[in-house]
Amino acid sequence: MSEYKRPTSEAEFESNFAQKKPLMNPTEAYFESSRCLYCYDAPCIQACPTGIDIPLFIKQIHTGNLTGSARTIFESNWLGNACGKICPTGVLCEGACVYNHQDVPPIQIGRLQNYATNHAMKKNINLFSPGEDNGRKVAIIGSGPAGIACACELRTMGYAVDIYEAKEKPTGLTLYGIAAYKITNEEVLDELEYLKNQLNLNFICNHPIQTEADIAKLEANYDAIFLGVGIGPTASLGMEGEDLPHVVGAVEFIEDVRMKHHEMTVPKKVVVIGGGNTAMDAASQSARLGAETVTLAYRRGKESMGAYGFEYKLAISAGVDSLFNAQPVSIHSNGVRFIKTQATNGKLEYISGSEFDVEADLVIKATGQAKHGSFLNKINNLNLDNKNRIIINDSFQCTNPKYFAGGDAVNGGAEVVNAAYDGKMAAIGIDKFINNTIVQ
Amino acid sequence: MPDLSINFAGIKSPNPFWLASAPPTNSGYQVMKAFDAGWGGAVWKTLGVPIINVSSRYGSVNYRDTRMAGFNNIELITDRPLVDNLKEIEEVKKYFPDHAVIASLMVETKEQWHQIIKDVENAGADGIELNFGCPHGMCERGMGSAVGQEPAVLKTIVEWVMEVAQIPVITKLTPNISHIVDPGLAAVQGGTDALSLINTIKSIVGIDLDTYAPYPVVDGKGTNGGYCGPAVKPIALEMLKNLAQHPDIKSTPISGIGGIETWRDVVEFILLGASSVQVCTAVMHYGFGIVREMQSGLEEFMREKGYNNIYDFLGKALPNVTEWKHLNLKHKVVAEIDKDKCVGCDLCYIACDDGAHQAIRIPTENGNRIPEIIEENCVGCNLCSLVCPVENCISMVQKDDGSKHLTWAEETDAGNIPTTFNDDRAGGKHHFVPTVQDALKHRK
Ligand SMILES: Cc1cc2nc3c(=O)[nH]c(=O)nc-3n(C[C@H](O)[C@H](O)[C@H](O)COP(=O)(O)OP(=O)(O)OC[C@H]3O[C@@H](n4cnc5c(N)ncnc54)[C@H](O)[C@@H]3O)c2cc1C
Ligand SMILES: Cc1cc2nc3c(=O)[nH]c(=O)nc-3n(C[C@H](O)[C@H](O)[C@H](O)COP(=O)(O)O)c2cc1C
Ligand code: SF4
Ligand code: SF4
Ligand code: SF4
Repeated sequence: MSEYKRPTSEAEFESNFAQKKPLMNPTEAYFESSRCLYCYDAPCIQACPTGIDIPLFIKQIHTGNLTGSARTIFESNWLGNACGKICPTGVLCEGACVYNHQDVPPIQIGRLQNYATNHAMKKNINLFSPGEDNGRKVAIIGSGPAGIACACELRTMGYAVDIYEAKEKPTGLTLYGIAAYKITNEEVLDELEYLKNQLNLNFICNHPIQTEADIAKLEANYDAIFLGVGIGPTASLGMEGEDLPHVVGAVEFIEDVRMKHHEMTVPKKVVVIGGGNTAMDAASQSARLGAETVTLAYRRGKESMGAYGFEYKLAISAGVDSLFNAQPVSIHSNGVRFIKTQATNGKLEYISGSEFDVEADLVIKATGQAKHGSFLNKINNLNLDNKNRIIINDSFQCTNPKYFAGGDAVNGGAEVVNAAYDGKMAAIGIDKFINNTIVQ
Repeated sequence: MPDLSINFAGIKSPNPFWLASAPPTNSGYQVMKAFDAGWGGAVWKTLGVPIINVSSRYGSVNYRDTRMAGFNNIELITDRPLVDNLKEIEEVKKYFPDHAVIASLMVETKEQWHQIIKDVENAGADGIELNFGCPHGMCERGMGSAVGQEPAVLKTIVEWVMEVAQIPVITKLTPNISHIVDPGLAAVQGGTDALSLINTIKSIVGIDLDTYAPYPVVDGKGTNGGYCGPAVKPIALEMLKNLAQHPDIKSTPISGIGGIETWRDVVEFILLGASSVQVCTAVMHYGFGIVREMQSGLEEFMREKGYNNIYDFLGKALPNVTEWKHLNLKHKVVAEIDKDKCVGCDLCYIACDDGAHQAIRIPTENGNRIPEIIEENCVGCNLCSLVCPVENCISMVQKDDGSKHLTWAEETDAGNIPTTFNDDRAGGKHHFVPTVQDALKHRK
């Protein structure tokens, strides 16, 4: 049974989707920062994909140098504010904190990080400025964290950058995909505004790059192109009943939650199919929107789920029920038909005659996202691997040398912090590439 | 970008952050690593007469979960051969010609002083620091603090040094003395180019309750050590101020030492007149990397205040450090509690009731633990705001309108001083105190 009443106002929505990592107050920040041991070559730094100097920024918080702290963070990670709130810190920095070995709670690095960046954003403190114009132009396709990080880094080096975005608003899945209880729309857009004001980022929204002609135009007008297109909509399962009106993809469902808030309604009975983090997010959010029953159905056992343990626990604590070893067979107007499974030596087998039905007014498929293969194949000599991920070298350069790529489009779907790192590194790769071209 | 570079009595350094003469400057390896990490200068571990060290050597005061809030050592000067140190000084200067390498020295006779000065100058040192500070071991042999505590002897040695020194000379003072100005003045009269302080303070950090010996325990016995680390900063700041304000000393550059760990400490030392700072304990605790926090904080502070270089705010707090008799007796502050922030620990209440002026009450209705200030009883002592565990919860609010100014000195000059307590001009006369019997109302 779900724990939540259907939210009918923005205030009720905010209460159901209360932030998991709320902003610290000064006392909290003071005490928490005082606990950091300032480890040498700290394991938390090694566990952060963007390598933020964590003990340094924590000490800066403790000594009241919040501006310096924010600088330390943003210098390594352009999405430093969002990451503090949405990174799965338990498996990253906080998971590596040495306190874990003493059975003492690890330092709340994410929240401290957010405390410092929030200060800089709220006070609108300028930490960066565009580099001197070097006369070179770079096009960025996709304004997700990868695209934004690449753009910011390039701007500090003096490049002119245009960011083409298919959607109405920039920031990619940070705005449209992350669970609403991890970060608010406002906070995502505030960080964007903060960076935009300092670096004059030029976003061209509602402008998908689709055709060969679009591509040719970019190639003619820019010295390099960065692909930060992420991954696409929820993939098709090829299952009977999949096209019924009460079946939606998880990514699309979550986008609706993020955009509509309390104006979004869910029916009484929801079934979520999948065992990854996206499935957990979709289930949690269904429950918080007031669904009476939310059933999370996964075709293998609990131990095989791709989701992080803490995401699963969060869903369960929101009142989600779980169903393991249940493979969906077909979807009907009033529910989903499953067949029981068992794994023998890792191989999934169906138990014949074990079919059963679960009632559902809404079925959410969290079974993976399609890649942008058909679009990417329109670019000459751009090689993809067998999972349609863009192949890059150590400089984040694609097989077509004019192109660079990073983020979900390359790793197949990871975290915002990985995309932020990739974008920054790709910018450095682009700079090297363009400088070498000039020399030749 | 603010300019952090300094010219300290002729010693140039890219920034004011120096390592104090101590284990972190024991070898060329360490000094090179430190310069690479961002330190601007290093005072080499004191070179001098041959010594033998004991084991163990360090003790510490851990305050709650804070380790090494105070640190204590019974270590002597360097135990590495002079030639090795000289060779390494030369090598470091080759890699880092623009950084400051200062040789700390401690020997006995005039001839020894003259010889060792020549040696370190030949090695390429940028300056010399005379160690008149060690309060253990070396003083028993007539060196270190034994010199620093005898201004006349100190002056003579400084004169010997100045006879031959070609590079700037810093005299490092011991705090184990009642009037720091005496040795400070003696050093200036002896001709020193600069001063530094403090060296360590005589201390016993604790007793082992099983062996009945002081820490650090050396085979069942111990000795007094030298105390340093965050705990000693207030003492260092006060001594620094005494030198920096003295008319005959204030034009002599001073390097501030003692308990420096963060950028705030650095700024405080500069505000009280130190144009370079030296750090030992914080580096022994966290390594050379802490200089980044210091540098970032100092730069951010300078940007915020609009300072272009260190000299823009050097000594800026000195005019505001005055004698008690010049403080405004008409200034009145009263504690104010932010009820929304208060967590109801009632530490402020018990601190005030048992330890100060009975100016806080706790409401009697059940369950309400939020205390109230009794304004007419509050003397504005600050105690409650110091014990309150919540940031910015108790603030001290000014109650006078700032128009009146009256000091003890002015009252003395005007012959307006109360001589008995039964005088309306005396303080404390109308001070509220509960009755003696009220004490027993608290019995449970
Ligand atoms: C449901 C869900 C929950 C998640 N939760 C978390 C979380 O809690 N924490 C976390 O760190 N990460 C989370 N992630 C992952 C994270 O959102 C992604 O890893 C990250 O956003 C990837 O960044 P990106 O820039 O590579 O791609 P995206 O964020 O996907 O951005 C790509 C952008 O490119 C645009 N685009 C695509 N094609 C074109 C085109 N042809 N022309 C123009 N524009 C185009 C898209 O509209 C989009 O704006 C989650 C992901 C999902 C799906
Ligand atoms: C272990 C140890 C050894 C020291 N050795 C010397 C020394 O050889 N010469 C000297 O001038 N000061 C020596 N000092 C004193 C320091 O240089 C410095 O004056 C003192 O520690 C105060 O600074 P701090 O609070 O940053 O540690 C030593 C201090 C410590 C802790
Ligand atoms: S970016 Fe993410 S992983 Fe890195 S320190 Fe911040 S919260 Fe941790
Ligand atoms: S591992 Fe933990 S204690 Fe150590 S530096 Fe990182 S946050 Fe601080
Ligand atoms: S010490 Fe601070 S938090 Fe505690 S009761 Fe007093 S005002 Fe409240």
